[in-house]
Amino acid sequence: MTKKSAAIGNEAPGMAPTIIGTRPVRPDGIDKVTGRARFGADVNLPGSLVGAVFRSPHAHARILNIDISKAQALPGVKAIITAEDLPVISEDMALINNQPPDFRDLSANVLARGKVLYEGHAIAAIAAIDEQTAHQALLLIDVEYAVLQHVVDLHQAMEPDAPLLHEHLITKGITPAPKKPSNIASRYEQVHGDVEAGFAGADIVISEEFTTQPVHQAYIEPHACMAQVAADGQTDIWCSSQGQFMVRAYCARLLDMPLSKIRVIPLEIGGGFGGKTTVYLEPLAVLLARKSGKPVRMQMNRSEVFKATGPTSGTFISLKIGARKDGTLVAAQGILCYQAGAFPGSPVRLGCMTAFAPYNIPNVKLIGYDVVVNRPKSAAYRAPGAPMASFAAECLIDMLAQKLEMDPVALRLLNAADDGTQTAYGVTFKHIGYRQTLEAARQHPHYSAPLGPNQGRGVASGFWFNIGGPSSAAININEDGTAVVTTGNPDIGGSRAAMAMMAAETLGIPYDRVQVLIGNTNAVSYSDLTGGSRVTFAVGMAVTQAAQAVIEDMKRRAALLWSVEPAEVEWLTGNAVLVAEQKQLSLADIAGQAARTGGPIAAQANINAQGAGPGFATHICDVEVDPETGHVKVLRYTAVQDVGKAIHPSYVEGQMQGGVAQGIGWALNEAYLYDENGRMLNPGFLDYRVPVASDLPMIDTVLVEVPNPRHPFGVKGVGEVPIIPPLGAVANAVARATGVRLFDLPMSPPSVHKAIKKAARRRR
Amino acid sequence: MKKHIQMQLNGQSVEFLCETSGTLLHALRDSLQMTGTKEGCGSGDCGACSVMMNDTLVCSCLVLAVECSHADIRTVEGLAAGDALHPLQQAFLDNAALQCGICTPGLLVAAKALLDKNPDPTETEVRYWIAGNLCRCTGYDKIVRAILDAAQRLRGNASVNELQP
Repeated sequence: MTKKSAAIGNEAPGMAPTIIGTRPVRPDGIDKVTGRARFGADVNLPGSLVGAVFRSPHAHARILNIDISKAQALPGVKAIITAEDLPVISEDMALINNQPPDFRDLSANVLARGKVLYEGHAIAAIAAIDEQTAHQALLLIDVEYAVLQHVVDLHQAMEPDAPLLHEHLITKGITPAPKKPSNIASRYEQVHGDVEAGFAGADIVISEEFTTQPVHQAYIEPHACMAQVAADGQTDIWCSSQGQFMVRAYCARLLDMPLSKIRVIPLEIGGGFGGKTTVYLEPLAVLLARKSGKPVRMQMNRSEVFKATGPTSGTFISLKIGARKDGTLVAAQGILCYQAGAFPGSPVRLGCMTAFAPYNIPNVKLIGYDVVVNRPKSAAYRAPGAPMASFAAECLIDMLAQKLEMDPVALRLLNAADDGTQTAYGVTFKHIGYRQTLEAARQHPHYSAPLGPNQGRGVASGFWFNIGGPSSAAININEDGTAVVTTGNPDIGGSRAAMAMMAAETLGIPYDRVQVLIGNTNAVSYSDLTGGSRVTFAVGMAVTQAAQAVIEDMKRRAALLWSVEPAEVEWLTGNAVLVAEQKQLSLADIAGQAARTGGPIAAQANINAQGAGPGFATHICDVEVDPETGHVKVLRYTAVQDVGKAIHPSYVEGQMQGGVAQGIGWALNEAYLYDENGRMLNPGFLDYRVPVASDLPMIDTVLVEVPNPRHPFGVKGVGEVPIIPPLGAVANAVARATGVRLFDLPMSPPSVHKAIKKAARRRR
Repeated sequence: MKKHIQMQLNGQSVEFLCETSGTLLHALRDSLQMTGTKEGCGSGDCGACSVMMNDTLVCSCLVLAVECSHADIRTVEGLAAGDALHPLQQAFLDNAALQCGICTPGLLVAAKALLDKNPDPTETEVRYWIAGNLCRCTGYDKIVRAILDAAQRLRGNASVNELQP
């Protein structure tokens, strides 16, 4: 077994923390190891109905008629809905604050309107007294289709004569606007410097084409929810999601309801990875509950999860880099095409922005295309858009290193972005730790360990923005001086622990005297969803500010009790101290006398957190390739990442290890497979193979800590960047193990075997 | 017609009615309100619904409830003795072996089945034993460590963590 992570870097300024950086048991731990924790499918109300969704068997078809009469007549069926039951969303209501999602598209995604655009597209939903009746009723729904030609292939979808998903879709981002509709929803251009001049000054130019397949977030918990609607329209939704406020806002807009009519009660979330940042079942459950007058529970099966939610985009990427003989990168250029699925909105723009962000390249020109195809609408997946673009870029960097016979880490160090580097997408980096990750990787024993036959070592780096945003936290101080922290963000991987630790550290009280709640939408102020690696940073900032407000209040109350000025009181390790008179009152002392100083003690902080620090990582991967079968075994893996400051190092390591495993799955196994009718061939975990325990080695982690000065404890987001480097790291390792480079993911045994054989034939 | 079933659940005799097509998983979750056992796929591929049936590790989504007449079923809810956690549960907490926690009940049941058979497994044995229990959050590293740690605790040795400097 490998050793525990080493921490490298500086401590946050100020007093040495006593709780931050330790590894206490998470507050929700006991509930999660005893089966008590309630996830999306675990709530039930007396008299509730079971909801089920009728889905399209066709990849592309016009709906001519939906006959629900037979289903309606089945005893036990209490409600049936179709798109007719959804309000029509006008153009001016399509966007909130000019931001995606487009609610007309979202509405047509949750229940197809006029046309189905992928196999599994929801057409109707039923509520019945039990599961059996609901499923019987599904068989009685009769839909008449006019099947249309479909297109699931990215290149075919971009052809001028391709079947059109949306007859009025005119490509955005081209002037003058094209006259004819197409499947290209938008074109994005990112220009930095002068690429032509840049390439003119290059001694070496490397150019390649890459493809990646759509992969699913593959959270183990299928989407699930329950809705109840009172006679006055007051609506309660229990669900697992990445944001209860997101569910409220989306349902309100889709169902044309005021926010105040909807309360969303967050349940534990069984994995999301970006895939639960939108709604599928919730609006249907509300409509069914409204129509039937009874609570309605809904849960997807795994096949529905694969066919109708997620995945992230499959891509085609053509990239070119130019460098001088000494390895200095001078230019990068390329075209990135991302599948959006059935409706516009792939993360291609983020792919363009992140591809070369770790490097200081003066001239970059990237063009991105967002392309609709007859596949499920793509959803966010951990660092959306970045892993595919980075895969292509990091392969080119590795090829350049091979060509120049340079060490791949040394080549990256030569070109590494630093504080002050202006990125191709416009931002100038501050307080970044990319170079430190490279140095730590180079010094790690893994990097110089010997390799055996058929083994190879790959290196790759990655960048992710990380975000802040609107965030809330409330702290209530109980009569005994214990604290309850309430936030509005689902705990997807241990964030309750981080919130409790930051509150306890700030207040100066023990960790186990802090309890953390995730509030429902009526119990806590608005907060953006759990995503963008923002919670420990942004919500942690709100928690810290609320704790600081509690301290100020405590000092004021102690001053009242002592009849002195608040300015004379100091707060030291959980106590109000009057230094001059050597007097001291603990948090518990003050809380116990709260009535004498103004009543109950509480504070809240509602902020729009700014100053998120970008994340950089460098990964080292060793593989062994079986030349007989093409099977790639990951032998050893080390992930190095600048995390700013690890609040709870175990959960930071966990984010890194989990991201690596997902990236390895993306690189080696995972892909959506379709038949000639556009129907998914592998909508289950047997055939869509995510990494299992026996596929992986221990995943070593090195936490580099270059603190973010904009956060009270130095935090940078950590959740997303670890999924970016593995695609390139594994590909580079395979290339070095076999002498053959693969440009298409996944590098499954047949494709690796074929590439090895092809190379051998060429050598003969 | 529903069938009447009596079985032992975590050492307690229980009774319920079920359709002949109903699974043990649905009986546990819907009829008996024991929602600690999770449904991840319904096809025996993810292991989230792992339970012990007459001392055999099974996916409860693949077992019909009517097969459980007079069977001895053990679920995650039966692991702890009152408020005393099983060493595996404690090791999962101490090693931060869960992130979202949805796979945790199935993994704990599966890991207990392993340690009951093999009190001193190697890392490789642990990895192959739990290969039927998918976890999408952790990359398995901390889960494997937690199981090895629990094995050591159950053998009467100090926790792996306590031995580390």
